[in-house]
Amino acid sequence: MPWTKVYVDKSEFEKAAQLQKEGLRGLTFREALKEATAQMMEKDDRVFVMGEGVDDPGGIFGSTQGLHKKFGKERVMDLPIAENGMTGVAIGAAMAGMRPIFVHMRMDFLPMCMDQIVNHAAKWCYMTGGRTNVPLVIRSIIGKGWGSAAQHSQALQALFMHIPGLKVVMPSTPYDVKGLMVSSIQDGNPVMFIEHRWLYEQIGHVPEEIYTVPIGKGIVRKQGKDVTVVAVSNMVYEAMKAVQPLEAEGIDVEVIDPRTIKPLDEDLIIESVKKTGRLVIVDIGWKTCGVSAEIAAVVAEKAFKYLKAPVKRVTLPDVPTPNSPVLEDAYYFDYKRIVSSVKEMFREV
Amino acid sequence: MVKNKKLIKTAVKKSVRLVRTQADSPRRATKKGINSIPAKTLKGLYETILRIRRFEEKIIEVYPAQDMKTPVHLCIGEEAIAAAVCIHLRKDDYIFSTHRSHGHSIAKGSDMKRMMAEFYGRKTGCSKGKGGSMHLCDPENGILGSTAIVGGGIPIAVGAGLASLMKGTDTVSVAFFGDGAMDEGTFHESMNFASLKKLPVIFLCENNFYATNSPQSARQPHDNIAMRAAGYGMPGVQVDGNDVVAVYEAAKEAVDRARAGGGPSLVECRTYRWKGHVGPDCDVEKGCRPRDEHEMWLKKCPVERTRKLLLENKIMSEKEMEKLLDNINKEMDEAVEFGRSSPFPDASELFDDVYYKG
Repeated sequence: MPWTKVYVDKSEFEKAAQLQKEGLRGLTFREALKEATAQMMEKDDRVFVMGEGVDDPGGIFGSTQGLHKKFGKERVMDLPIAENGMTGVAIGAAMAGMRPIFVHMRMDFLPMCMDQIVNHAAKWCYMTGGRTNVPLVIRSIIGKGWGSAAQHSQALQALFMHIPGLKVVMPSTPYDVKGLMVSSIQDGNPVMFIEHRWLYEQIGHVPEEIYTVPIGKGIVRKQGKDVTVVAVSNMVYEAMKAVQPLEAEGIDVEVIDPRTIKPLDEDLIIESVKKTGRLVIVDIGWKTCGVSAEIAAVVAEKAFKYLKAPVKRVTLPDVPTPNSPVLEDAYYFDYKRIVSSVKEMFREV
Repeated sequence: MVKNKKLIKTAVKKSVRLVRTQADSPRRATKKGINSIPAKTLKGLYETILRIRRFEEKIIEVYPAQDMKTPVHLCIGEEAIAAAVCIHLRKDDYIFSTHRSHGHSIAKGSDMKRMMAEFYGRKTGCSKGKGGSMHLCDPENGILGSTAIVGGGIPIAVGAGLASLMKGTDTVSVAFFGDGAMDEGTFHESMNFASLKKLPVIFLCENNFYATNSPQSARQPHDNIAMRAAGYGMPGVQVDGNDVVAVYEAAKEAVDRARAGGGPSLVECRTYRWKGHVGPDCDVEKGCRPRDEHEMWLKKCPVERTRKLLLENKIMSEKEMEKLLDNINKEMDEAVEFGRSSPFPDASELFDDVYYKG
């Protein structure tokens, strides 16, 4: 399976070397995530990692690899496969003064924990009038490709975005994954920390010291004047790849990476749409009631009069993930779909 | 298939009989047990039991006014358990409770005024009027909250136990739950994990034989909950939950074991709720439970039994008891008055506390 390789390929080494030449420190997304976890564990005794397989040789695709050797198996704790119960354990530990990071190898396992996440973690602070809180980070990983099929590839972020009391972050770069992990651990609330598996080998600049990236703040990845493309998680890279071909067509794209989808940085998106008058939303999840639906609704409510064309959504079709490579190709999309959607938008008007 | 049906029917019948007959067979208090408990402690137990009873009765009294707009799950008939468990706990020990949590909060030392204010939806309520009867909290007294999802609080209690272990403190964590929670996966997941990690947790099952109106015999293959402990490698004991001394002894053993690092225990207290699942009325008239069964349990009243025990052993006199009742009644009046006269939250507070801003 191609995704099991833990080495980075030649071009990524070259990119890292380039960063070093510029006096910047290059790390992969995976390394940045692990570094944030390790540094916070060193700094704060209350922080610990729990999850099935966190201390195995693979170490959750390398993101927790070897941490148990440094911090012991008490703080890098393998667990029974009892997702709902163990989420309750994490909640209880969090309320009683710890700072757990509960790791799920697949996001598909989160529906097992819905009772504890939705009924308990999300509501506990509110239903105790703010007298208690649940400082808990729940990491989950979205898979893709190689026949992962319907139960090993789901992007369920919209389910959690719907629930008051949760925060939902979806970092896309090595810099952000570290900064957002630090912020999530320091936050007093349950944070759903969602990673796409295909981001793990992305390389970027990551400072060595502990720093934060604020939860709830998006970022403009590329400024432009003709159309706003809001892309989440690994779709940020696809959106960036779409910039050049669109430029060749005379379309100047602004790319926004929300980084957090709850609370959503509405202002950043609204301001951009006011400028460009056009909005394309690119999500890695399904269309119906998805992240794209929410963002489209926000813009319809708050910036409708600025829109020069109907909003477009580039998402997965509303079907479960198939296995066959042919069907997978029909299911997933890449930057080319973004390019064609944007072009279509300009043609239609 | 027909044959199977017959088998199932027979099993259910047998099980029902078990429920009825075994109610008398679990571990009861010993004479030695009674003698080993200091008189002051016994008095304290009676006081708590009576306080819980009167608290619940006060709710029944004021409920028809319909200004206490919260669903109440009364624990009348089950009071001895809360009292006899919480008496072993320190302020910093944790308890996690359920929708039927009034008794546990009172026994752990919560302020009844703030509880009543919570029921009346007031700003002064223990959860600032945001939780209601099913979500009581009192963090200073180790009550981090209670949940109305059956079985939901059990793993959370286990998590608090894990935190105690990781922090190196000797606080213990009690998960109160009913026989209904036994049906839930969280019970089994929690028992497994607590035993695996030898956590300072007491699984305290108040077996009142019903989940809402569904009898235990319709939900479980046998009615012996304590027996489940063996499968998870922890001690399990079944006691008469209306026998305050029996619960006291079993809880003491479990709490001492947990505090000393000996790991978790399961204590099944067999008891009965006198009122319906929710609300101030009895459900027997509606046909929810058999009348003879209900009547049998009324005779096992924990208040009466404790009272008799104290009188027989000359620990309290009738006169002292009357005085105690008067004082408790005054507390109840004050609590209701406080609740009713407290201000409601401002409507703008709707948006506060969704996120913690500490």
